[in-house]
Amino acid sequence: MEIGQLVFAATGLVVLGSAVVVVTTRNLVHAALWLVVTLFGVAALYAILDAGFLAIVQVVIYIGAIAILFIFAVMLTRKELRDQGAQLNRGWWLGALVAVLTFAGLALMVRGWSGFSTLPKAIPAGFDAVGALGNALVAPDAFVLPFEVASVLLLAALIGAVYIAFTRK
Amino acid sequence: MIPLSWFLLLSAALFSIGLFGVLSRRNAVAILLGVELMLNAVNINLVSFWRYGTVTTMSGQVFAIIVFAVAAAEVAVGLALVLSVYRQRNTVIAEEIDMMKW
Repeated sequence: MEIGQLVFAATGLVVLGSAVVVVTTRNLVHAALWLVVTLFGVAALYAILDAGFLAIVQVVIYIGAIAILFIFAVMLTRKELRDQGAQLNRGWWLGALVAVLTFAGLALMVRGWSGFSTLPKAIPAGFDAVGALGNALVAPDAFVLPFEVASVLLLAALIGAVYIAFTRK
Repeated sequence: MIPLSWFLLLSAALFSIGLFGVLSRRNAVAILLGVELMLNAVNINLVSFWRYGTVTTMSGQVFAIIVFAVAAAEVAVGLALVLSVYRQRNTVIAEEIDMMKW
């Protein structure tokens, strides 16, 4: 195995192992902290895929904002579920079955695809991926409309979240 | 050289783990944690298709950024709903939240 493959294997093991802990651990604060480990692993995968900007965005937005929001939510709702009692519902084996079947179906489907074992092509010399990404986000013939729609969605969602969580005195 | 299949299988596995969390956890916050895992699996797929397809076309990365924005919106609204329900019903267990069921 090459060094790149070894790095990928180690990162993949960290991602999958911590994800399993996220969905099975009894303590929700630990689950949120293990989610941080998973998100770091995914950021490393973006770096392996030469998407450096996305790796940084992953750390800043997912770990810096979303994971911290989760930890806050766990701490604000902790009076009731204090690690005793079942953490999985009665039909958990059905959920496990559906998850295993989903994985088997996805693996079977991508195995039959002709591009399954494509190797990466070299990035053209002098190609500025971050600059191209910035241009694509604001170019009228590219993705300016989805970009603006996403920003309106985010604004509307945040206003909605404040309205829902607001306490009326 | 890492073949594309490794990334696809890894993201399929991550998606399935997240799906198990969504279907099997009782705590509503833990269900949202599972949704985050699923969104991350989708993002790995989008970025790896960008890298193994035409690198100069940025669609894969743009879509990944839009997924980031949607994930942030989803988690904000989801956690606000959980907090609001917790204030009214004093529970975050999904099967006990049945105000809209009759």
